[in-house]
Amino acid sequence: MTFLNHLINGISLGSVYAIIALGYTMVYGIAKMLNFAHGDVIMVGAYVCFFASSSFGLPPILGVLLAMAVCTALGVVIERLAYKPLRQATSLAVLITAIGMSYFLQNAAQLLWTSNPKIFPTFFTVTDRETGAVKTGISLFEGQLNLSYASIVTIAACIVIMIALTLFTSKSKMGKAMRACSEDKAAAQLMGINVNTTISMTFAIGSCLAAIAGVLLCSSYPTLQPTTGSMPGIKAFTAAVFGGIGSIPGALLGGILLGVIEILAKAYLSTQLSDAIVFAVLIVVLLVKPAGLLGKLVREKV
Amino acid sequence: MAKKFDKPKMVPVPSHSIIPERDIDKSPILECSHLGIDFGGLRAVDDFNLTIGRTEIAGLIGPNGAGKTTVFNLLTKVYQPTRGTILLDGMDTSGKTTVQINRMGIARTFQNIRLFSNLSVEDNVKIGLHNQEPYSMLSGILRLPNYWRQEKAAHQRALELLSIFDMQDLAGVKAGALPYGAQRRLEIVRALGTNPSLLLLDEPAAGMNPSETAELMENIVKIRDTFQIAILLIEHDMSLVMGICEGICVLNFGQVIAKGTAEEIQNNPEVIKAYLGTHKEA
Repeated sequence: MTFLNHLINGISLGSVYAIIALGYTMVYGIAKMLNFAHGDVIMVGAYVCFFASSSFGLPPILGVLLAMAVCTALGVVIERLAYKPLRQATSLAVLITAIGMSYFLQNAAQLLWTSNPKIFPTFFTVTDRETGAVKTGISLFEGQLNLSYASIVTIAACIVIMIALTLFTSKSKMGKAMRACSEDKAAAQLMGINVNTTISMTFAIGSCLAAIAGVLLCSSYPTLQPTTGSMPGIKAFTAAVFGGIGSIPGALLGGILLGVIEILAKAYLSTQLSDAIVFAVLIVVLLVKPAGLLGKLVREKV
Repeated sequence: MAKKFDKPKMVPVPSHSIIPERDIDKSPILECSHLGIDFGGLRAVDDFNLTIGRTEIAGLIGPNGAGKTTVFNLLTKVYQPTRGTILLDGMDTSGKTTVQINRMGIARTFQNIRLFSNLSVEDNVKIGLHNQEPYSMLSGILRLPNYWRQEKAAHQRALELLSIFDMQDLAGVKAGALPYGAQRRLEIVRALGTNPSLLLLDEPAAGMNPSETAELMENIVKIRDTFQIAILLIEHDMSLVMGICEGICVLNFGQVIAKGTAEEIQNNPEVIKAYLGTHKEA
């Protein structure tokens, strides 16, 4: 039963990774760049939600919506200011810019909100009508299996987002334009697709999801500080590579696997070594399948 | 936008063995004057002048490396020209982007096939159609009636366009899974989806056998007659060029060396020299 507990916690953490990984994978698929500032957008989202609910007393749902709006705008602005001028530059220049943008966001957050950790409020609670006690989860099998509301909401959100995004890319006009751009930008342009709009849209969607991920992450792990986003960001990037970067189902699979491995390693092997174990698994997977679990290997003609 | 969409109607066209005498609208859709581009010190195209009539089929030929595809890239603004002007339907295209040029009415295919191979055949065509069927994102998300109406129209239109090449049954197939010849045909259909007034075909018959080429020739003429558009094609297959092009322009080392009808081109000493070289006097 404890194993089941760990497994659920792992899936919940993995769901957060998966939602973040979507941002990496979509941007990589379409703009062919690694947006390392993505992790820090998560942190901004969490801060916006934190201040909305604790300083302005807005209800949680409004806080989340506000965070989504702010992050969407932030993502588009980052793309316009930092990445768009480098569209023709080498991928290395774009990569360095992305790393710079990541540090910029972290330090700006430190300047604005100080490095003192904030305790993120617990959103997902139910007040018992009879006793008036505030519950943060449900207990099953006489307290052997504990499900926190935060993990239930996280897993549900992940499923909904995955379904929505799959439908979006396969059915909608913009989704198809995105797939066309990811295959051949020049040809897409010659067919009348505005590549700049499509890339902006990708950043908007990715950053909007980052805001949701930020709130979900901080609901389970409530310490919020300017570096909150960087480690989950790197883990989610790993998850995207693990599942096959550029692939949406790959991000889901990679995220969940990474979360489960991390939690199980923490529970049964060693808390300190858990990250090392996660990355060791990644190395082994990439040795066997260099394109990731669901990635397609592109053979280059010589 | 939507109005422009109604223009071409599918009309059954008799098959042609040779091009019948007809009134070709010679009023210019495209006028290039003194067009040129340099890559560093290399003059890839220089002083290129070409006028194409509204329903004319024109050919652009020349030895390898003559600058034919570069001309296409200039016309579609993949490259911005260093010199000269391009008028499309009397409108100056300088400073326009590739996307704007496409909306103004130039569509093209590629020498090496560049389909969206992971998208279905129908979606490839719809990519072009979508820009003429603008419904707002809101009505897309909420699935409002005009979304369904336009999606249905796009579906119909895609099938109609695919039927030019008898490909309507392949609509659901992944484009990358099609055989080579069908991929080439799909590229033409995809380009037609953007509702062009000038269609640029870059080596449409490349890799086709003689019977496929003959069929393609009929289809190119059929497209011109059905949609009443101008077509400019690059081709090395002389039977195709001489068979259907009403005007031919020969390019060598980035410069026009001859212009005229098939007969005039075939007897032009400059052209023969460019293709075959000359005897060196001993």
